[in-house]
Formats: sequence, structure tokens, C-alpha cells
Amino acid sequence: MIRLLSRRLLELVPTVLVIVVASFALVRLAPGSPFSSEKEIPAEIRQKLEAKYGFDKPLPEQFIRYLGNLLKGDLGLSTKYPQRTVNEIIANGFPVTLTLAAVALLWSLLVGITAGIIGAIRQNTVWDHAAMTAALVGISVPSFVLGPLLVLVVSLRLHLLPPAGWGDWQHVVLPGLTLGTIYAASIARLTRGGMLEVIRSDFIRTARAKGLSERLIVWRHMLRGALLPVVSYLGPAVASMLTGSVVVEKIFNVPGIGPYFVDAAFNRDYFLVMGIVLLYAFFLLFMNLVVDILYGFLDPRIDVS
Amino acid sequence: MKSIQQETVAGTKSDEIDLIAGTSLWHDAWKRLRKNNMALSSGVIMVCLGVACLCGPALLGIMWGYDAHTQNLAYGPQPPSLQHPFGTDFYGRDLLVRVLTGARVSLSVGVLAALVAASIGTIYGAVSSYNGGLVDSFMMRIVDILYALPYMFLVIILVTILGKSLLLLFLALGAVGWLLTARVVRGQVMSLKEQDFILAARSLGTTSRGIIFRHLIPNTLGPVIVTFTLTVPSMILQEAFLSFLGLGVQPPQPSLGSLINDGANQMLVFWWTLVFPGGIMAIMLFALNFLGDGIRDALDPRMKI
Repeated sequence: MIRLLSRRLLELVPTVLVIVVASFALVRLAPGSPFSSEKEIPAEIRQKLEAKYGFDKPLPEQFIRYLGNLLKGDLGLSTKYPQRTVNEIIANGFPVTLTLAAVALLWSLLVGITAGIIGAIRQNTVWDHAAMTAALVGISVPSFVLGPLLVLVVSLRLHLLPPAGWGDWQHVVLPGLTLGTIYAASIARLTRGGMLEVIRSDFIRTARAKGLSERLIVWRHMLRGALLPVVSYLGPAVASMLTGSVVVEKIFNVPGIGPYFVDAAFNRDYFLVMGIVLLYAFFLLFMNLVVDILYGFLDPRIDVS
Repeated sequence: MKSIQQETVAGTKSDEIDLIAGTSLWHDAWKRLRKNNMALSSGVIMVCLGVACLCGPALLGIMWGYDAHTQNLAYGPQPPSLQHPFGTDFYGRDLLVRVLTGARVSLSVGVLAALVAASIGTIYGAVSSYNGGLVDSFMMRIVDILYALPYMFLVIILVTILGKSLLLLFLALGAVGWLLTARVVRGQVMSLKEQDFILAARSLGTTSRGIIFRHLIPNTLGPVIVTFTLTVPSMILQEAFLSFLGLGVQPPQPSLGSLINDGANQMLVFWWTLVFPGGIMAIMLFALNFLGDGIRDALDPRMKI
């Protein structure tokens, strides 16, 4: 297990390196500079600013320096918020975004898997049709429509939950729902599909023949096979949840990392953009690794190593 | 492309050859699609919506003199009425015209971006798979790496680099959205390139380029169309996502995303400014998803009538 893990981690090194080079090139070769959008800066101050951030050096040298700092865990200084380092901004915002994504993930798994199971074991009944129509509606209502509607109904008319802000658990509910619903719908469809493929297979008949209770068959035997497509969907789902949270954070005024990214991209805040892109890329690579390993646990036929 | 399909069918059931003659893959698919009521009604909805988007704004302009841009504060925000079925917005513009114009922008961005994505993906996947070996693993490694990058962030960076124009918007969306198609086509070509008709083409002296474009790509058309139809709604969603963040289509040009954004800001008082654009967006995505599902089922050769 440890050998497998270390080998997979080693394989990630070239990927990570390419990602660093590519994002550095993309961000730095873009026209414009971090200091051009603001009002005219005297040439002297501009020179000093560039020297402070090291922009006066040739690009390859800057890249080497960035890479060196990166290895030490230092993501550099923000040009938009001169008082703060990129590490500080991420340390403040990322836990918030992560909490939001975790709530959304939990919600989508809970609702999605339940709806999928009901749809599959009651195939072609009213329950199935209701669950699958709900899933299609869920896929078709984007978060930026669902979010404001939820605020309108739940917060402003019924006064059940706060419409915006961040602090206690009540603030997490609506954004989590908004972010998670579309994935709940996809997970429901995947679970149902997976269950239906498993439901008629021989090992289920065997399980029935040896007299296992229906509940045990569903939970122990069917679900295990049915969850494979769901697990492989989790990687991309978490990825798009993290980026999707940009919109949800804007709607509910949540102090996550999303709004920083859009601002940073506009203001050519080089180090902040790079820092967020790299953070997300690392996170995605890590998620995919977890998914691969989970896969091996769920399906003994797959040899992870 | 129909030749292989027919050969295999004719080969297995030689007695029924008269019956089978003339049934191509597309004919079969159309037959299956016609039986799928939900997909068919979604198709009808999309055609109606498309016609409404194309002719609606001009028609409303001729009949009542409404247009999407002229502001008239005297007509302020009005609730829906016979005169203005969707009401008017804050600046007194008829919302129906604006929603139709916005839906037209969304639809065309969706279709064009999906076309760009499908073209890049098909050619990339086919070239990679046809060459095989080191070239293939290198090209697919790039796809893997791009997969690990946060997709929406790349689009945001591209949009801020390229500037906010409609043309560049769908180029940016398409430039990042081709990964899935590339993988699908690669898988198809892997098995196709081993078949005899490719060997025949090669022995006749057809160039690699000829084989890829004349023989391999046309045979992958089915799966490509399936991915294409499911890419269109996701591109529409992403365009709206960007416009909602203020990165997409720029005012005064309306798009569904920016209309929803405006509506969300004033929903408490002028609910119709959120409900109508949001509703049209949801109907459009719902119909496109259903249609995509239907086309996938229809083109899937494992589904027999």
C-alpha cells in the first residue's frame, strides 16, 4: 500500500511541473501588467514596485525564483493587496470554500444515492419517474438561478435562514444546497444506472438464493457495484464544485477564495492567480488519486497497483 | 459510415437482406428517436425556442416597436401585462425582447463553442490514436494534465487575456472544452484503425491524412454527435456562468446570464426580472439535456428497436 502510494505520488511530479510551467507561461505572457490598470504611476515608483516583486528580472530567472519559493511553500506577494501574502489570502479563504464544497458534496451524495437507489429498486414505478424527473430538473436549474430563488423564498419570504453572510451553521445551508443540487441530480442518475446494471447479475441471484435479506442485498452487494461510476464521477465533480463555488460565494456573499480569483485575473495579480490555480490543481490531482485508490477497494477485480 | 453497420447486420441475417437494405445507422437512430416522446417533445420545444429567438425580436420590433436596447425610464419596471408579457426592466425595456435576444446569444455561443470543442477534440483524438505509441501517450498525457487544471479558471484567465468579445468568448470556451471529445474519439479510433477497410485504404496508398479525415473521422461521427449534443447545454451553462460574473457578454447586449444577474439583484421588488430569464434558461437546458439523452440512446447500437 505504501509502495503503491509513493509510486503514484512520484508519477505526479512531472505532471505538477508541467502545470507550474504552463500556468506561469499563461499568466505571464498575457498582455497587461499588475500596475497598468490603476491610475498613472510615476516611472520611478513603478520601477521600485517592479523591483520589489522581481518583475525587472528576465522571465526565466523569475521562474526559477518562483519555483524555489514554491518548494519552500512560499507563494509570493499579492500585487493587488500589497499588505498580504498569497499564503495569507489562501489560508483565510480556502477553508471557507472547502467547507462549502464539503457540505455540497455531502448533500449531493446523500440525496443523489438515495434517489438513485429508489429509482432502481422501484424501476418504472411512480417513484422512479418522480426521482428521475426531479434529477433532470435539478440538472437543468443552474446554481445562479437556484441560489437567488432560494434566497427569495426561504430567506426573504419565509424568514427561515439568513440570506447571506458567513459565521454559523445556518449560513452554510443555502449555499451548500445551491452548490450541491446539480451534482445530486447527476449522482442520482449514475447510481440508478449502476444499480440497474448490477441488479440482474448472477451474484445478486446467488445472494438471494442463499436467503439474504433484501436490505442486506441492496446495501452490501448492489450498492458496492453501483457506486463505481459515482466514485469515478467524484473527481470531476469536486473540481467543478470548487470552481462553481465562485458563483455561489458571490450570491451568498461568502468570504471564500472564489471572488479573489476573478479579481486577481483581472488585475493581473500574477502570484495570486498562480497560487489559486496551483492550489486547485494540486487538490484535483489529490482527489483523483483518492478516487483511484477507492476504486480498488470497491471493486476487488481492479488491481490498483 | 453506413457500410460497416450494414455489413455486420447483413452478415448475421442474410435471409432478411431485402428487409434490411436501406436501413442505415441514421435511419435506425431516427426510428428510435421518434419513439422517445420526451426527447421528441424536447426537440419541438427547442425548435420553437430557436424560431422565437431568431424571429421574435424582429417581429416584436415591427409590431409594437419594442427593441432590446432603447431605454425609456417612464415605462420603469412594470410587472407582466398583456402589453409586456414578461414585464419591463428597470430601464423600461420590454423583458420579452431582451430575454429572446439573450437566449439567441446563449444558444449561438453554446452551439458555436460546442462546434469548436468537437472539431478540436475529434482531430486531436484521431491524430493521437492513429499515430499510437509514444505520440499517443504524449498527446494523451497533455489531455490528462489539462484535465487536472481547474477548467473554469482557465476560461476566466483566457477571457481576461483575450478581452471580452463574443467571438473570443466561444473560442475560449471551445478551446478548453474539447478534452472529453478527444478521449471519446481516441477510444473509437483505437478499434477502428485495426479494421480491414483501413488496411485496404493503406494498401491503396492513401496518405495518413487521407485515412484520418476520409476514413476514421467519419466513422466516429455517432459518438461525436452524442458528445456534441451534451456539450451544447454545458457550454450554454458556462457562458451564463461567465456572464453572471460579468466576464461574458457585455451590456447593453443582453445574454441570459447577465439578465439573470440583473434579476437576482432586484428580485425582491421586481420578481419577474429573475423568474422569466431564469425560467427560459431552465427550460432550454432541460430540453437540450433530454434531447441529448434521447440522441445518445438512439445512436447507441446496443439499443435495438
